[in-house]
Amino acid sequence: MDPANNSVVIDVRDLTVGFDDQLVLDHLSLDVRRGEILGVVGASGGGKTVLLRTIIGLIHQRQGSITILGTDRDTASLETIRAIESRWGILFQQGALFSSLTVLENVEFPIREHLHVSDRLREEVAKAKLGMVGLNAEDAQKYPAELSGGMTKRVALARALALDPEIVFLDEPTSGLDPIAAGDFDSLIRTLQRTLGLTVFMVTHDLDSLYAVCDRIAALADGKVIAEGPMATMLACEHPWVKSYFQGKRGRGAERLPSHSEH
Amino acid sequence: MPLQTLTQGDRLSVVADGSWTAAQAAALEPLVDAIRGPANIRSMLLDLRGIVEIDTFGACLLERLIRRWREDGKEASVSGLADRFRGLVAAVDRVGGEISRPVEEESAQLAALEGIGRGIFDSGRYAVTFVTMLGAVGDALLRVLADPRRFRLASFVNQLDRVGLQAVPIIVLITFLIGGIISQQGIFHFRKFGAESYAVDLVGILVLREIGVLIVAIMVAGRSGSSYTAELGSMKMREEIDALRTMGLDPAEVLILPRVIALVCALPILALIGSLSALYGGGLVAWLYGGMSPAIYIARLKDAISVTHFQVGMIKAPFMALVIGIVACAEGLKVKGSAESLGLQTTSSVVKSIFLVIVLDGFFAMFFASIGM
Repeated sequence: MDPANNSVVIDVRDLTVGFDDQLVLDHLSLDVRRGEILGVVGASGGGKTVLLRTIIGLIHQRQGSITILGTDRDTASLETIRAIESRWGILFQQGALFSSLTVLENVEFPIREHLHVSDRLREEVAKAKLGMVGLNAEDAQKYPAELSGGMTKRVALARALALDPEIVFLDEPTSGLDPIAAGDFDSLIRTLQRTLGLTVFMVTHDLDSLYAVCDRIAALADGKVIAEGPMATMLACEHPWVKSYFQGKRGRGAERLPSHSEH
Repeated sequence: MPLQTLTQGDRLSVVADGSWTAAQAAALEPLVDAIRGPANIRSMLLDLRGIVEIDTFGACLLERLIRRWREDGKEASVSGLADRFRGLVAAVDRVGGEISRPVEEESAQLAALEGIGRGIFDSGRYAVTFVTMLGAVGDALLRVLADPRRFRLASFVNQLDRVGLQAVPIIVLITFLIGGIISQQGIFHFRKFGAESYAVDLVGILVLREIGVLIVAIMVAGRSGSSYTAELGSMKMREEIDALRTMGLDPAEVLILPRVIALVCALPILALIGSLSALYGGGLVAWLYGGMSPAIYIARLKDAISVTHFQVGMIKAPFMALVIGIVACAEGLKVKGSAESLGLQTTSSVVKSIFLVIVLDGFFAMFFASIGM
């Protein structure tokens, strides 16, 4: 929980992932430290989402190891993996809310499945999470089909946080949101990360998000991490892809933003 | 003990310690709910120095305790919470109003009444939707008749192939079996009266007037009506229909008219094929099970049925096709954003069109009886 403690919570070593004859990740290594927000960037189809899905166990690797919270998935027993799974929360790109459940029931769902608490406390905690992401009691009774894009992301975040996880995986949290909503969501992530002491693994395309919330950034290209470190490292990096990403027209536009807000 | 209370004059001091997390929540909750000071106690001091671990579950319990005291008009104050937990407890406190706000729940009786009311209202609205769709198709038809080049011939032929030609094997199989079953039942029961040969009348009249067309219509509603709904529904979901509209094209003319006309053309043909197949099935069973030679079967059939019976069946077919097509397309356009609603409307399309086909058949029966056909 202590941000000063820089222990590694996710340790990816020599990870190789491929589909058929196509190699997506090639001997990739990456550390995620406790209490940080790590942003993962890369070209579309460059394996960012594949990396995330491999870490959370939806895709199986060909080689290499992934150690999460001190447990190696490949050697751990099923029970240990289940225990680890209740210590992380995942925000999927499209929200992945269960369409037959209301907003409140969606957030209650992981609590209902994993913990033995009274109905009343479960409802209180779910409402507290919804409150933390900025939704009110009226929204809680809606069904996912009635929500706007921004609200869907908020509910999905509340569900990801339902079990008070240590690690939160965010897959393009601001995609499909307008810049104002995206900015609000960024600051929400920042606030919750500080309040709840989360470690955040965020896959994103959004340069503004990278500037606004990420402590460290890992850039993916050719199936490897080509640059890793804070924004300053990225800006100083000489790799052509990183250079065009962060120092292209849009990159420079985003760079100016935080300085504006500080006035 | 994670929770200890001590009364000092008119003040209750509560000392919480240990770990206040989800794992302990089940044990903590009764303790928290049990703290109720006597009436003379005015204030509570919550000492949280001993808490070593807390998550949202613990914070919610603390919040509940404090809120209950304040709602009773008593004072509650908190001290000694470690800095690293402050953010979380403050965040839960901030949203506390939302937590305690009850979820509105209706009584079961009221919900049942509401359901009936909504059902009636919806069926009224559905009638409007049906007539609107019929009108839109009629309007499109008039426009196409005025300018036949506008008719989507390729789409029509494609649909005719799908709902007509490709449906033939399954229709033939089902009606063949139905014809055989009617014949077998007829022979079996009429045999008691020595009237086996009347089974042929039963098969002939029943198949040509009612069963042939009805079974085929139900099959088509299940097979083609549902696919119309799913097709149009997924186009609606992906905004394809809106795209058509903005390009100045009328979806009723481009998408719905060719489909409905294809169905209206295909269903009588399928009903004819189905009726023939059922008569064939009936004849085969009469021969193999009843020992009636095919020549006698055909001769009996000639006596039993007339062109009128065949006409009664065939006249109904295009109207049934129209109902199936209109219902399927109307349901398809009612699909909203989610995949769930697509499934819902597809089911509803099949149920409604089968229901309406049977109701229509009933009306036709009365109509033909009154005009003596």
